[in-house]
Amino acid sequence: MDSLLNGFLQAFNLILHLNPELFGIIFLSLKVSGLALVLATVFGLPFGAIAGLKRFPGQGLLVSLMNTFMGLPPVVVGLLVYLMLSRRGPLGFLGLLYTPSAMIIAQTILAVPIVTALCYSAIVSVDPIIRQAARTLGATPLQEAAALIHEARYGIISAVIAAFGRVSAEVGSILIVGGNIAGYTRVMTTTIALETDKGNFELALALGIILLLLSFIINIALHGVQKKGMYSPSHLDRP
Amino acid sequence: MNLIVSHIRKEYGEKTILCDCSASFDSRGTYVLMGPNGCGKSTFLRICSLIENQDGGEILFSDDKSSLLHDLSLRRRITLVLARIGVFNTTVHKNVAYGLTIRGIHQSEIDKKVSSALTFVGLEHKKNQRALTLSSGETQRLGIARALAIEPEILFLDEPTASVDQENTEVIESIIRTMKTGGRTTVIMTTHDREQAERLADVLLFMKEGTISPP
Repeated sequence: MDSLLNGFLQAFNLILHLNPELFGIIFLSLKVSGLALVLATVFGLPFGAIAGLKRFPGQGLLVSLMNTFMGLPPVVVGLLVYLMLSRRGPLGFLGLLYTPSAMIIAQTILAVPIVTALCYSAIVSVDPIIRQAARTLGATPLQEAAALIHEARYGIISAVIAAFGRVSAEVGSILIVGGNIAGYTRVMTTTIALETDKGNFELALALGIILLLLSFIINIALHGVQKKGMYSPSHLDRP
Repeated sequence: MNLIVSHIRKEYGEKTILCDCSASFDSRGTYVLMGPNGCGKSTFLRICSLIENQDGGEILFSDDKSSLLHDLSLRRRITLVLARIGVFNTTVHKNVAYGLTIRGIHQSEIDKKVSSALTFVGLEHKKNQRALTLSSGETQRLGIARALAIEPEILFLDEPTASVDQENTEVIESIIRTMKTGGRTTVIMTTHDREQAERLADVLLFMKEGTISPP
């Protein structure tokens, strides 16, 4: 009990004294997860939007696949990215293994299905009357699609926040492809795993507190977005 | 602009909604299409306003005796206010501005037209309010303002006072009457309220089982 309390006290000490090692790790974590999120949004949003706006053969299968990939095991993704980027792998010549870029690639792969599936879900949940209303007012097909995406904006923001929550707390894939190299690829989650193994609980606890805080901030943001989008047309748009 | 509808047919699966439906709207004023619920009035308006395609027959819009192509340019000269208008999740002002924004009109011009449309329907004081928080009657007036802002030559109104209280019904009827005196827009509306139809109509049409019959 004493060691736990002591660990907490030292952890707060590290945070309060702006320990450079601690903040280096936090900064890298946010950079890797942030860039992965940007890439996942760039790929996932258009894909989810097309799936939500168009009707095409095999759509049901595609949606089922997207939903399945939302639960991709991070270690499996890590393993696949490792095999692709290792020296003997097809992309080994890029020399990306054990770099932050490899970690960004792995986290992007984890986040794309989440962004895609949740954006799709947000867009198909928009009341179809919105599309008709846009058409009656003279919208082109592209403007109709834009109106639908605009209506789904709170759901889309929620999708992006949910994906950030997943990748920022993820450890399996980045540990495999990043190698947990101090000062280079060591991020919050991998440091917690390593320092716990070594019995250095102070840094692990400090990072644990920061991760929890981050998760709390993400949830507050999600709640705020959901509250803002609460007035859904399907609930209140009655003649 | 004139509209001639000839022998329209529409089916949803096995069910025939409109059958050999013809009508001519060739003068300014208010046309009221009456009929019981489910007789095909809304489908007729959606087809006439080019939101939905018919399975047979012809919709002919003409201008100075030349027929008009069913393109975006024509679609932007007419509009339909749906029974459930489809409120965008934003402010009242932005809802009314939508039709103008997608036409690429300058912001100062948009503000002027939106303000005028909102004043016309008595919602100017609510322009910054979230549109989804309006009452049913106000929502219906918002739908009319949104349509009027784009200054349509033909305005289709689908059951504009269904599920609206007496006070708002009177306001909406007054708006329709004022539009008539303005004289620029042809109004084609549906209702199942006979008294309302008689109060508003210059020309009264009846629909029964998917066919329009003369009064």
